[in-house]
Amino acid sequence: MIDAVIFWPVAALSVAATLAVVTARNLVHAALAMVVAFAMTAVLYLALSAAFIAVVQVIVYAGAIMVLFVFVVMLIGRHDVNLPEPIGGRRGLGLAAVISLGALLAWAGASGVPAAARDPLDGLPPPPPDGFGSPAAIGERLFREWVFPVEVVSILLLAAILGVIVVARSGGLRGRAIEGQAEAGE
Amino acid sequence: MSLSPILPAHVLVLSAVLFSIGASGVLLRRNAILVLMSVELMLNAVNIALVATARALGDIDGQLFVFFSLSVAAAEVAVGLALVVAIYRSLGRTDVDDVGAMHG
Repeated sequence: MIDAVIFWPVAALSVAATLAVVTARNLVHAALAMVVAFAMTAVLYLALSAAFIAVVQVIVYAGAIMVLFVFVVMLIGRHDVNLPEPIGGRRGLGLAAVISLGALLAWAGASGVPAAARDPLDGLPPPPPDGFGSPAAIGERLFREWVFPVEVVSILLLAAILGVIVVARSGGLRGRAIEGQAEAGE
Repeated sequence: MSLSPILPAHVLVLSAVLFSIGASGVLLRRNAILVLMSVELMLNAVNIALVATARALGDIDGQLFVFFSLSVAAAEVAVGLALVVAIYRSLGRTDVDDVGAMHG
């Protein structure tokens, strides 16, 4: 399915980058590690014959989303955080939950591959048809069978834009009015 | 040296590992920006599983799911970061535990 020479380094780098995000003291370092994780995901998509999704991954995740994160980190969160952060005695519980979740998911992933995806001889899926995952193939399907979800997503994005404007404004004028009332009340 | 071929299960296990690491960030960190980043990593891990399954089954609908999931992730980050900025402006911090003080 994927060349093992590509898969193992990419897998190791994504796990390392993801761990670096989760354990970062400095949020700028976390953002940089996230770029690495997203870029490795794009390589994985290319190897899994998802060329269009790989390009979208780079543009949206490694581009737009990361710019947003770096922007907000520069705006408010550049100071380092001390590790481990105090989370009120629930660290052991959280770790146990995460480890059992990971074991469960890994077991499901390792054993739950449908039979249609496996060749009875070597367990490898059959090679994809020509143009699998190309922009033409995706667009063809997207704008025929999936037109309604596309429209719903456009409304969702519009709602997100409006929501961001409302949240940003209420932190401004109206938020200050509420704070002023609270101070007057005290 | 010949490495054994990569099966769909390998990619799905990688996705499970990345998802769990992201979940640990959500559960064990307090900084709201880092929690949002971890949520993004979890979404990303799910997308890897979807693309791997699409490739394994030869069905392109899995990749379309990733397309929609990317759109939702972009919207989620925009709203989430706006909330983080709003919380920072009113509290001066971005710890998720402080936000509990907002109700009531």
